[in-house]
Amino acid sequence: MPLDASYHAKSFKSVGTRPLRPDGIDKVTGRAKYGADHNMPGHLVGLILRSPHAHAKIKRIDISKAEKLAGVKAVLTAADLPDLTNGDQGMFDILDNCMARTKVFYDGHAVAAVAAVDMATAKQALKLIKVDYQVLPHVTDVDEAVKPKAPLLHEKCFTEGGESKPKNPSNVAKITEFGHGDVEKGFAEADIVIERNFKTEQTHQGYIEPHACVASVSPDGTGELWVCTQGHFVYRNHCAMLLGMDVSKLRVTSSEIGGGFGGKTHVWMEPVALALSRKANRPVKIVMTREEVFRASGPTSATSIDVKIGIRKDGTITAGKAELRYASGPYLSMWGELGAMTSFACYDLKNVKTRGYEVLVNRPKSAAYRAPSAPMAAFAVESVIDELAKRIGKDPLEVRIQNAAKQGTRSSYGPVYGPIGIGPTLEAARKHPHMKAPLGKNQGRGYACGFWFNFGGQTCTDVNVGPDGTVTLTVGTVDVGGSRASLALCVAEELGIPYDQVKCTVADTGALGHNDMTDGSRGTFSSSMAGIFAARNTIEVLKERAAKMWEIPVSDVAWENGHAKAVGSKYGNLAPLSLKEIAAAAGNTGGPVAGHAEIVADGAGVSFATHICDVEVDPETGRSRVVRYTVIQDAGKAVHPTYVEGQYQGGAAQGIGWALNEEYIYGKDGRLQNPGFLDYRIPVCSDLPMIDTQILEIPNPNHPYGVRGVGETSIVPPIAAIANAVSNAFGVRMTHVPMSPPRVLKALEAAKKTKKA
Amino acid sequence: MAVLVSTTVNGDHAEFACEPNETLLDVLRNRLALTGVKEGCGTGDCGSCSVILDGRLVCSCLVLGIEAEGRKVETVEGMAHGAELHPLQTKFIEHAALQCGVCTPGFLMAAKALLEKNPDPSEEEIRFGLAGNLCRCTGYDKIVRAVQDAAKVMRGA
Ligand code: FES
Ligand code: FES
Repeated sequence: MPLDASYHAKSFKSVGTRPLRPDGIDKVTGRAKYGADHNMPGHLVGLILRSPHAHAKIKRIDISKAEKLAGVKAVLTAADLPDLTNGDQGMFDILDNCMARTKVFYDGHAVAAVAAVDMATAKQALKLIKVDYQVLPHVTDVDEAVKPKAPLLHEKCFTEGGESKPKNPSNVAKITEFGHGDVEKGFAEADIVIERNFKTEQTHQGYIEPHACVASVSPDGTGELWVCTQGHFVYRNHCAMLLGMDVSKLRVTSSEIGGGFGGKTHVWMEPVALALSRKANRPVKIVMTREEVFRASGPTSATSIDVKIGIRKDGTITAGKAELRYASGPYLSMWGELGAMTSFACYDLKNVKTRGYEVLVNRPKSAAYRAPSAPMAAFAVESVIDELAKRIGKDPLEVRIQNAAKQGTRSSYGPVYGPIGIGPTLEAARKHPHMKAPLGKNQGRGYACGFWFNFGGQTCTDVNVGPDGTVTLTVGTVDVGGSRASLALCVAEELGIPYDQVKCTVADTGALGHNDMTDGSRGTFSSSMAGIFAARNTIEVLKERAAKMWEIPVSDVAWENGHAKAVGSKYGNLAPLSLKEIAAAAGNTGGPVAGHAEIVADGAGVSFATHICDVEVDPETGRSRVVRYTVIQDAGKAVHPTYVEGQYQGGAAQGIGWALNEEYIYGKDGRLQNPGFLDYRIPVCSDLPMIDTQILEIPNPNHPYGVRGVGETSIVPPIAAIANAVSNAFGVRMTHVPMSPPRVLKALEAAKKTKKA
Repeated sequence: MAVLVSTTVNGDHAEFACEPNETLLDVLRNRLALTGVKEGCGTGDCGSCSVILDGRLVCSCLVLGIEAEGRKVETVEGMAHGAELHPLQTKFIEHAALQCGVCTPGFLMAAKALLEKNPDPSEEEIRFGLAGNLCRCTGYDKIVRAVQDAAKVMRGA
């Protein structure tokens, strides 16, 4: 039967309720097993030697002394990881990032690894490895890196995608362009045009659980990997390719995951752990320290963005243009591209043009961070929109409402929108009690909008009915914040049985077909779609079994409220058969009852949010504090509203940290100065207020229940909302994030001076 | 040279041998298999390794294993009485005060220590009482509400 993914309005029984999550007790009693909580018999301790230099040629690595140390079972360099990537540049970059081959590209880049009987021996062995470096000039700043004389990371990097093929190599790996209309004509039609540069510093996802894995490769070529990851199937595929293993021979189990936010979508040290295990012929466990997490996993890009927007006095935005430079670490990425795609996505613009630059710098390889690239672009665009609104004497919220994209709008990045939530979130903001709350001394209120695409992707899901009629839902997306509950709700809904009757488990790679990463807010969207399809297939089986039990044609059997019913007056006296009854008889009617679904979950509905925030700035110290915060976001359909709220609140808090405190600080020597939570300060409980949420539900037409991804959009507006609030409080425009006390103080003092002058 | 240490963990007598420079965190996790105690930083900055030592909240990554000699250690594993959860545990689940849950053991310990000293804390007192614990997922809103609610239950209000 063809599967119908389209949305049909219905009244829900399970979906939209708030049951307790099935993994709750394990997680409050310490029983849940995270990455570092697993051990294998006789495992060795793996450690990685990392470059102290930002940029250097590796002339020679001498591992002989380390190898001779008693208790050392394997020492590994890039020589043990031959290039099997077969011309796949993306995979080669991953390999090179896991273990530097000819050059180190950043402070923290792996150069060698050891496996030893215990931590003390492993540490000692690292000290015995001698690496001869030829230190090269480095560049860590994104604007410096694009200059013609900047130190080059790759001699063979010729910008892709520009107007013409460049003659000289540079650090600009790629340029991507989006837009439509004629921006110059648009600017000519504007009454006011503002052009500004905005900078954001590099931030880290800051998940509390460091990367950890236990790897075991046996001489027969099979392997096991236990790891905290957002996508164990992708880790499997990547590790297998890099190590020359058969995909089917490597079984990867995802542990409970202590936060990822995009940072656990890449392999970092997992291939190294497997290679060490293969060499030592023993299981190897590697747990990153916090310092390693900061120096050598993947933070998000630092950016520099030029934005130009024109507006007419009546409030119509006539044109928008942006040049977005995103630092991507030493390897090509798509962060500039995503910035260019998302920057104007909230608005209905006749003329829009954006160009994203992927800029190579001597910093760690950038990874996704929740709605990757969108927060920085939104900071720039939403700041200028606020400023323009003020210049024409209009309420910035009204200007946004006036220009908001709607159904049928051609988006700035190409596609035409279906039903979307930007207008409704803005209208809801206008009506929200937060808007009328009085502001205190030194306080300002700001708003900003945010957009994220949401992803779908490959998904494989099983529904198995047990002999007692309880149902196991087996998924391949990891549970980052309660998705087991949400997915069980959807399957219970479809089968027409109580939530308690469905148990959702996350399977290892041996138990299901490939599943893409749990990223792009796709976990609940995709796995619920596949789960619903698997449930529908299960229902078909259940109907056949009921038909058999009744000895009637299956075409006369319907499924209603968790029961098979015989349709037609001739079956008047047949009592409905419950799922439990059919399950109990399964052994005699054809064997186990199950349903499966293997899909590419298309049609992830785009997501929009509007945030309102009140900020108080201490004019003496420049310290800013968020005193009230409201998130309004479209969820399509909130499957488990409490967990949806949690996503809204968590994203907002991360955005607040980004806006006010967090940044990677590099010294002149190209070394990271603050690789720890003391100096890289993420918000703590006493830094934040309660975070109000309002869930809107504009059904996604491409999901049976109308579900959209909800995980990421909430991090997009905060930086801009806070900058706008500071501006409204003090009349200063903050263009450099984080708005740390020294930066705010400087801006306040500069404003004072201009006032006096 | 390993040192023999005799202590009480979650009410039970426990003995272990550890190196003099080994942290209590490593001892709990690696020698006593109490992996509910998490390591988020190892430098005293995240609170995920929080345990209660003789009634005082400490970061077990900043305490040496040998310092546990003759003292009482409480970890998340000892919070429930059999199948009966501590009110904080119940309320954390009910309020969805955990998303990934890796910070949860530390928060539960910190909240327990707080409520033992101050059974009726204001929101601000809760926020400052828990300021040594990092959570990256929740934005703290639901954690604060869970603690408020648990405090109410524990006061019998
Ligand atoms: S692990 Fe002890 S405070 Fe972070
Ligand atoms: S729930 Fe993930 S860090 Fe707190």
